[in-house]
Amino acid sequence: MAFVDSEVSGGTQADQDALSVKIVVAGGFGVGKTTFVGAVSEIEPLRTEALMTEASTSVDDLSMLPDKRTTTVAMDFGRITLADDLVLYLFGTPGQNRFWFMWDDITRGAIGAVVLVDTRRLADCFGAIDYVEQRGIPFVVALNAFNGIQEHDVEDVRDALQVGPEVPFVVTDARDRESVKVVLVTLVEHAMSLIQQT
Amino acid sequence: MAAPDGRRVRPYLATRGRTRPVQDIAIEALVSTTKDGRTNGSDPEPERERILRLCHSPRSVAEVAAIVSMPLGVARVLVADLETEGLVRVADPHAAFAGSEEPARNLSVLERVRDGLRRL
Repeated sequence: MAFVDSEVSGGTQADQDALSVKIVVAGGFGVGKTTFVGAVSEIEPLRTEALMTEASTSVDDLSMLPDKRTTTVAMDFGRITLADDLVLYLFGTPGQNRFWFMWDDITRGAIGAVVLVDTRRLADCFGAIDYVEQRGIPFVVALNAFNGIQEHDVEDVRDALQVGPEVPFVVTDARDRESVKVVLVTLVEHAMSLIQQT
Repeated sequence: MAAPDGRRVRPYLATRGRTRPVQDIAIEALVSTTKDGRTNGSDPEPERERILRLCHSPRSVAEVAAIVSMPLGVARVLVADLETEGLVRVADPHAAFAGSEEPARNLSVLERVRDGLRRL
């Protein structure tokens, strides 16, 4: 492993590799996940693809797809170098909820998730919230202010989503770097508070 | 070997004594070319050669897949093979913390992430 082979790899390598961590950006199709990632990423968001093969068909309904054998699932992601030895990746989840098999890969070991919500299409985020709640992944709900959300509406949305008072809700503008930073800091602090409680 | 659609399929077939299941490599694991990988001469496989050049500065497995334009599963297989041959190192955050808490559950790591985000 990387941390024990320094004698082999020679003295010019850093003694310790950088640590990479990740945050997941979840939400419905077209809610602004890639815009959110792009607002803070140091690189243009990249797209990586996974092939869904026959092994996955037992748990995914492919009846709507023209090719039942394989399909491609895309996810967009960005990178933020926080220090010489610390890199944060932001992974957007595939928008279509039938691709749950990808989520396990994306969320494994994540700091937590931002569930991005378009208040005009609340139901689009139900699947994402169910997923992170069931797996105990720390999350915050970020209301993307497409249409000027008032502060007093936030608790209405919380009621509609049936999310408990312990989960932070933030109004954000996915296009705005400072606004996105606030959401990410809120998530990291929430994840820290959950650890401190245990 | 090429699939009917022209996509190369050989990477799926390679199984050279890996030390762990390919799927265990995290998508955010950082891949960096080792000294051997830099001095080995060019690799006859173009995709492997591209990975070795790309990872002179560390890149995540997801970045390797996106930049070399290959599905994530193929990138994992090639990276795992290159690791087995000592041509790249894979700094897997989960493996690094094996036996203790994961980095995402480590308070000092989270503090550094929070402070780094605030400084952006």
